Amino acid sequence: MSRYLAARAVQTAITLALMSLVVFVLIGLMPGDPIDMMISGDPQMTSEDAARLRAMYGLDKPLLERYVAWAGQALQGNFGYSRSFSQPVLTVLWPRLLNTLLLAGTAFVLATAIALPLGIWAAQRPRSRADYLINLLCFAGISAPPFWLALLLITLFAVFLGWLPAGGMADVRPGTPWATALIDQLRHLALPVVTLTLVQLGAYTRFMRGAMIEILRQDYIRTARAKGATETTVLWRHAFANALAPVLTVLALSFGGLVSGALITETMFAWPGMGKAIYQAILDNDYNLALVGLLMATLATIAGNLAADLAYVWVDPRVSIAGDAA
Amino acid sequence: MVGQSRRPPAGTAVDARPLDRPREAVASSRSGCDGAADMIRSLLALALALCALSTPARAKDELVLAMTQTPGTWNPLISSMLAKSLIANMTARPLTAYDADWKLVCLACTELPTLQNGKARVIDLPDDGKDGGKKGMEVDVELRDLRWGDGTPVSSKDVAFTLEVGKHPLSGVASSEGYKRVIKLDVKDDRRFTMTIDRVTFDYNSIGFLLLPAHIEKPIFDANPAEYRNRTAYDTNSTNPGLAFGPYRIVEIVPGSRIVLEQNPTWAGQKPGFKRIVVKIIENTAALEANLLSGSVDYVLGELGLSLDQAIAFEKRHGAKYSVVYKPALIYEHIDVNLDNKLLGDRRVRQAMLLAIDRKAISEKLFEGKQPIAHGGISVLDPMFSPAARQYGYDPAAARKLLDEAGFATLKNGVRHNAADERLSIELGTTAGNRVRELVAQVMQSQLRQVGIEVRIKAEPPRIFFEAMGRRTYSSLGMYAWVQRPEGVPRSSLHSKEIPSAANAWSGQNYPGYANPEMDKALDAAERELDVDKRRTLFAEIQRLAADDLPSLPLFFRVDPFVIPKALKGVTPTGTLNSSTLWVEQWRWEN
Repeated sequence: MSRYLAARAVQTAITLALMSLVVFVLIGLMPGDPIDMMISGDPQMTSEDAARLRAMYGLDKPLLERYVAWAGQALQGNFGYSRSFSQPVLTVLWPRLLNTLLLAGTAFVLATAIALPLGIWAAQRPRSRADYLINLLCFAGISAPPFWLALLLITLFAVFLGWLPAGGMADVRPGTPWATALIDQLRHLALPVVTLTLVQLGAYTRFMRGAMIEILRQDYIRTARAKGATETTVLWRHAFANALAPVLTVLALSFGGLVSGALITETMFAWPGMGKAIYQAILDNDYNLALVGLLMATLATIAGNLAADLAYVWVDPRVSIAGDAA
Repeated sequence: MVGQSRRPPAGTAVDARPLDRPREAVASSRSGCDGAADMIRSLLALALALCALSTPARAKDELVLAMTQTPGTWNPLISSMLAKSLIANMTARPLTAYDADWKLVCLACTELPTLQNGKARVIDLPDDGKDGGKKGMEVDVELRDLRWGDGTPVSSKDVAFTLEVGKHPLSGVASSEGYKRVIKLDVKDDRRFTMTIDRVTFDYNSIGFLLLPAHIEKPIFDANPAEYRNRTAYDTNSTNPGLAFGPYRIVEIVPGSRIVLEQNPTWAGQKPGFKRIVVKIIENTAALEANLLSGSVDYVLGELGLSLDQAIAFEKRHGAKYSVVYKPALIYEHIDVNLDNKLLGDRRVRQAMLLAIDRKAISEKLFEGKQPIAHGGISVLDPMFSPAARQYGYDPAAARKLLDEAGFATLKNGVRHNAADERLSIELGTTAGNRVRELVAQVMQSQLRQVGIEVRIKAEPPRIFFEAMGRRTYSSLGMYAWVQRPEGVPRSSLHSKEIPSAANAWSGQNYPGYANPEMDKALDAAERELDVDKRRTLFAEIQRLAADDLPSLPLFFRVDPFVIPKALKGVTPTGTLNSSTLWVEQWRWEN
């Protein structure tokens, strides 16, 4: 196990190094450097100002030289400063990462907790009315654009009914009792979480349903039933465990989103998360911020995949850590 | 009267909502259902109770604002950003600013220095081998009796330190030109000083920078000027009371979410109407409107708030509760013409294009006539506006005649061609994502087609669009806006020395590449001329030349729509970069 984990750690390090290079070069090659943007916004900027600022931010050096300098610092734990915020990149990203984990993590847990039983339930009665209804709702969830869903929820619950806040993270001030602060946080969390959950729910449910239907058709399920196993045993012990592997892959791929954030949902609900931060950093040519944000998302995706690989071993005894069939 | 202030109608409505109509609507729509419905109803009732209990009761002396942009660094000298200015103007004041009538007034000084009151003088600069033989100016300034939030007096030391940071090549200040103009500072005492300016200029008394607190920032700066921009207390200790001397000071920042300000106890001016102001960041304007309607936000800052079309629609639906003020701003929407494009080199073609665009109809159809037509880069409301310069109405017949005269007389498939069989087909670039601008481009495309000019619209992300403009690689036309200031000389966009090139590191904003010695002469003279009447004559010449040559096609002066709750008084839109928040202490609730 430790050898396997070590090998994966090396793979992860190589992937991150390659990703950092690709992202750095791609951002660097995008049209419009930050100083051009400053000049277009400030008529008083002179050619001396432009040259001074380019030198100050290292933009007068070749792209690869800038990357090597950045990578050297990053290996020592210094990820540089955000040009927009004049603060260390991790100082800017850390609170946003927590916000995104809170929002996306809650939505992920909720969507998974609802989708898995719902998919199994629908798979047990394929082509029934209930199955058709669930399918219809799943497609509606998959098809509904998040910004539209968000606006609908805001209009209904914040504007029309006035039950929930239309956006933001919290209205309480420092010193508010923890219970009040918690309730306030939950109220602010409700609409964005519902939006994200609904967006994810359809896809997860469809995957779970499809995997279960496929498994329930297998001979060994028929054999289990013929041997007199109860339906519960057939469903959970024989079918679910086998159906879980492909669903785990889909869930693992969603891990990146837990860190990179949900740009549209965050924007609509004024939720200061990673999605908005990374998007704005790219627009503003804030290299360090964009780069580290995207690397965090990459790391989360890799970690998700590693977790999924380990989970395969747990759910399917035929799979060994080396990948050989048992 | 703070004690008698009240919340706006929208806020009041929110508190009432969970208790009346919606609850009845939910109940009636579910009547007749089974036990499950009872359970749902119970859950709903529980949720309602929870919501009602936990809804934070907003104090009457609190104002919740919203804006669409997240401020970056809080240091007032490093980078310029409207979102930051809106907040910074509540916590500090520039020495001078343009008020709502576009008149220069003193904010942090006691009296505006002028030639007339003797507080400004033209002098001969000492011959130091660099500026010798030149004329310059001396300006006497006296600071008001102000104190930073920690009790330290605002003093001449702060002015000296601010200039030092502004001029330092490593400080990270974007544009150092304004600071470098001050070649000498004579400190008379803690509140009085004399600045020596390196030239004779009409805007000698426009001192728009915000002061830095030397007692906090100087040790940080002196330790390492190159690292100052990353170590400034504005970003490492943003809630330090010593960073504010205005009516409010920042007490909490939740990055990307909200900024909380409270009254600054050391402020000696008019007592502010609110103890606390919360500024929320809501970047999506649809969500912004929803927040306003739900009562989560009392007032959306007009400078960074709803778009014009949104405000017009909003006024129709909610005009009873809100006053919508359409303040003409010095934001000049126009089309730059790349004069290197040989199809557009003949000014008759440019004149024909402007005659073929029905700007009045566009304003009426798209903006309900709220957005005034621009006759040039100088607003009609600007004291320097000249009505004598040529103004172009909608006249497609005259446009066709001019195009014929310019050689584009042959029509093939509705598009004009010249004798060399060159097709009068041009590209109109603009910024993607600006819905109104994209709509205007489409209307103009249709109108120009009617006189035989083919326009291909190219909407690009701003960073790509502005790089093409700044490097002058755009092919024909570029539609965007300039933000100006009252009585500002349009040097950066019209002077031949301001044409961006590799030689000047692509600085300057003369994107059309316009070069006219007469214009250069008028611009240079207008900057130096101190007599208002003579300057007005020079401005008239600038406007005449620009209207005849048309390096840029004027479209509109944008308006800032301010959607103000009727109970909120004292908000005075300015229409300039000196935002309404410079007078935030006048804001209050009134019946």
